[in-house]
Amino acid sequence: MNSPLLKARKIEVTFRTRRAGRAVTVAAVRGIDLDLFRGQTLGLVGESGSGKSTLARALLKLVPMAGEIEIDGEQVAHLGSRHFRRYRRKIQMVFQDPYSSLDPSMTVGDSIAEPLVVHARMTPGQRAARVAEVLRQVNLPPEVADRYPDEFSGGQRQRIAIARAIALDPEILICDEAVSALDISTQNQIIHLLETLQERSGLAYLFISHDLAVVRHISDRVAVMYLGEVIEEGPVDRIYDQPAHPYTQVLLNAVPVASPAAQRIRSATVLEGDVPDPTNPPPGCVFSGRCPLAMPRCFRDPPAPFDLPTGGRVRCHLHDDGPRLAGASVSALMAARQQDRPETAR
Amino acid sequence: MTLPSLKSGAAPILSVRNLTLEFRMAGRWLPAVDSVDFDLAPGETLGVVGESGSGKSLTALALMGFVGRMRRNQRVSGQALYAGRDLLGLPDRQMQALRGNDIAMIFQEPMTSLDPSFKVGAQIAAGVRLHQKVSRAEARRIAIDAMERVHIPNAAIRADSYPHEFSGGMRQRVLIAMAIANRPSVLIADEPTTALDVSVQAQVLRLLKDMQKDLGLSMIFITHNMGVVADICDRVAVMYAGQIVEKASVDDLFDSPRHPYTERLLSSMPSIEKRSGPLTWIPGTPPQFTDFPAGCRFRPRCAHATDACLGETRLTHGTGGRSNRCTLGQDWQNPKGETEASWT
Repeated sequence: MNSPLLKARKIEVTFRTRRAGRAVTVAAVRGIDLDLFRGQTLGLVGESGSGKSTLARALLKLVPMAGEIEIDGEQVAHLGSRHFRRYRRKIQMVFQDPYSSLDPSMTVGDSIAEPLVVHARMTPGQRAARVAEVLRQVNLPPEVADRYPDEFSGGQRQRIAIARAIALDPEILICDEAVSALDISTQNQIIHLLETLQERSGLAYLFISHDLAVVRHISDRVAVMYLGEVIEEGPVDRIYDQPAHPYTQVLLNAVPVASPAAQRIRSATVLEGDVPDPTNPPPGCVFSGRCPLAMPRCFRDPPAPFDLPTGGRVRCHLHDDGPRLAGASVSALMAARQQDRPETAR
Repeated sequence: MTLPSLKSGAAPILSVRNLTLEFRMAGRWLPAVDSVDFDLAPGETLGVVGESGSGKSLTALALMGFVGRMRRNQRVSGQALYAGRDLLGLPDRQMQALRGNDIAMIFQEPMTSLDPSFKVGAQIAAGVRLHQKVSRAEARRIAIDAMERVHIPNAAIRADSYPHEFSGGMRQRVLIAMAIANRPSVLIADEPTTALDVSVQAQVLRLLKDMQKDLGLSMIFITHNMGVVADICDRVAVMYAGQIVEKASVDDLFDSPRHPYTERLLSSMPSIEKRSGPLTWIPGTPPQFTDFPAGCRFRPRCAHATDACLGETRLTHGTGGRSNRCTLGQDWQNPKGETEASWT
């Protein structure tokens, strides 16, 4: 495989906040390694509070972070904001809500041109030409530039947001729940647009979503986050067909499938409880408190990353201790566990 | 035009006929909900599905009397028979007595349905005292009992917490506790799991199914998520542009959709079980109620449209409790395996 476009190592984000009058620290992102490759999509899944969006912001240095970021072979994490700006333009972001990510008082053209004003030395004429060009790339007519965001539907606004994101010809696009607020037809059109842009320009995507079906469709690799850590990562089909982490398995089981017959017999292990308090993470494995397969060791020692023969890595003691899955899928073990406890099975 | 329901023989607990909700805009009355008919059988869950703007939430709000009443620019017509009374014609006082007591509703965003400045136990108890003549202490006991029923741990202690001290999933449980505290017979759930994470969604769906069994609830479940429909619904009404376009049992609907809209909706869904080919979609966007097309409202987006679709459409009834609103009739079925490249 060619070398990554973006290589992040040991990314940490810690927030200081106050809770009940006491200063506490929240480790929102803990020791994350991540690679983005040209023309490929890394899907990032996990539930709210798992740190997906914070990780994305850390890659853009929009939040105070520690760790290493290498872009096109250059170390950039230590750079001050002035020098980082050169790299900042290579990574752009598209957000969930196209209603709040566009300034309602600016014309669409001015919104799209804004990053060009900040980052590129261009004459007004060059800027207007670039705006028309990116609008064409997202399949919108050039007249759109003179209108205001409130004249457009959610799907059209998301096209405009994408046009603005690609105006500087970035190498990486971070899509943070970019299709989550859209109806299915609009969602599929935007996904198709993202795929087309990627084929044409070799953009790398970090695709953050809570929708596991969409992530399966769009991703080449998938990383699963839980409580600030990537607990499993690997090629998309391996993650979905042979999950190695119990959390990945319960997450996949929790998604209802569009087939009543299949849904009735589906082994939906309902995961009880909530994600633990991030100000006070468990000492061992982050998932130990809710894991149906937890062993005594899981409550003590944080598991180290384990390289899977089927591709990717997992952080779970089941692979080096206990039943010693040694890289095999956790599915059979989870299914057996469920039969032992009929009260939690459906 | 009564419809056979799954639980044959049981009289419907709620029978809605010709429900129409209109808004007056620029001097014209425009139907955002148009001639909606359905029966809700005791103990069943009826799914109402559709995209945003299809009128599914407005249908529920009209039934609850939250829209269409007391406003000069809104009007509601038709009939909604519940226990021999027409909800749509009920005086406000009587509707208030019924709402939250016989028929309860839960919403998508639990935080906006709760008052952030009151402890949740007190909020549930206030709802109890609105409908039941009980002491404060008794109302609190009922509130804690309802919280226990929805599996909120340490309910007696958590009753004294404020809404922001709960997670999203726990807040939705609080809302369900509030809804069931007065032992309603009908629960209308409007996208109750849409804002929740999948594992929490699975918890809430299971809880709703348990509540339904324990309390004999009948449920109207509004959602845009076909996976959720497959999980929780017995029967389904598909709405498009203010009208019901298809009604069927959940198995029939997924096995053999009989309206081109339903068929396209189902085949557009990306699958979690396998990576399918390129995604497809319905061209265009759903119309707003301000400009519903004449004739079949799906016609401008339909691959099967003919000149016949320019005329008025009616919901027609076939066998097995199935209904559709399509000029192609009850036998319409998209040929299996046919791929329509022109759609992508």
